[in-house]
Amino acid sequence: MNFEISKTPIDTQSVIDKVVQREAGAITTFIGTVRELTAGKKTLYLIYEAYESMAVKKLEQIGQEIKDRWPGTKVAITHRVGKLDITDIAVVIAVSTPHRADAYEANRYAIERIKEIVPIWKKEHWEDGEKWIGNQLETVSYPTGKPEESDLGE
Amino acid sequence: MFFAHLRDAVGEESVTLELSGKTVGDAKELLSKQYRLNLDTAMAAVNEEFAGNEDVLKDGDVLAFIPPVSGG
Repeated sequence: MNFEISKTPIDTQSVIDKVVQREAGAITTFIGTVRELTAGKKTLYLIYEAYESMAVKKLEQIGQEIKDRWPGTKVAITHRVGKLDITDIAVVIAVSTPHRADAYEANRYAIERIKEIVPIWKKEHWEDGEKWIGNQLETVSYPTGKPEESDLGE
Repeated sequence: MFFAHLRDAVGEESVTLELSGKTVGDAKELLSKQYRLNLDTAMAAVNEEFAGNEDVLKDGDVLAFIPPVSGG
């Protein structure tokens, strides 16, 4: 299970262990953490919610896209759901490749794709309120009902 | 199925409707009126795969509305 949604704290080393391979010359690990200040506003904690079955499928899709682009790559991603406090780990992405440049590039690709196509949402809780992020600003719209090719970064 | 602010607005995680033969776009229009939702900013998924407004629904399909995502 290289692609998971976790209700409990993520063990970073266990994600890294999944991509260890004899062919690898590099493993990059991205650890996404909960930031206290966003645009000057203080977050108390976050709630992450996922459409879990689809989210796992989309994480697997990202893994496949990476293998197609960077042959010889192994990928593992775990994303946390539930209540997270400041500094808690929200996501861990581990990528191993034969050469280091690809490990960095492929890892960056994974996090950017997560932010485009994986059905996970965060709700920020502040001292004076709360809001689901990524929606009410309505800066993103999908007139055809699904992401356009350009939205998918292909 | 509804998620994030859409679920809060509807007050339910999911509802069961007779939409066989209708398109995703039809379903959006119907639910927008029924629950006073703005679904223009939501993507749609049928059976866990992104779907377009023109896609036709059949009996037993699971239609989910996916607000712009904010994972990572």
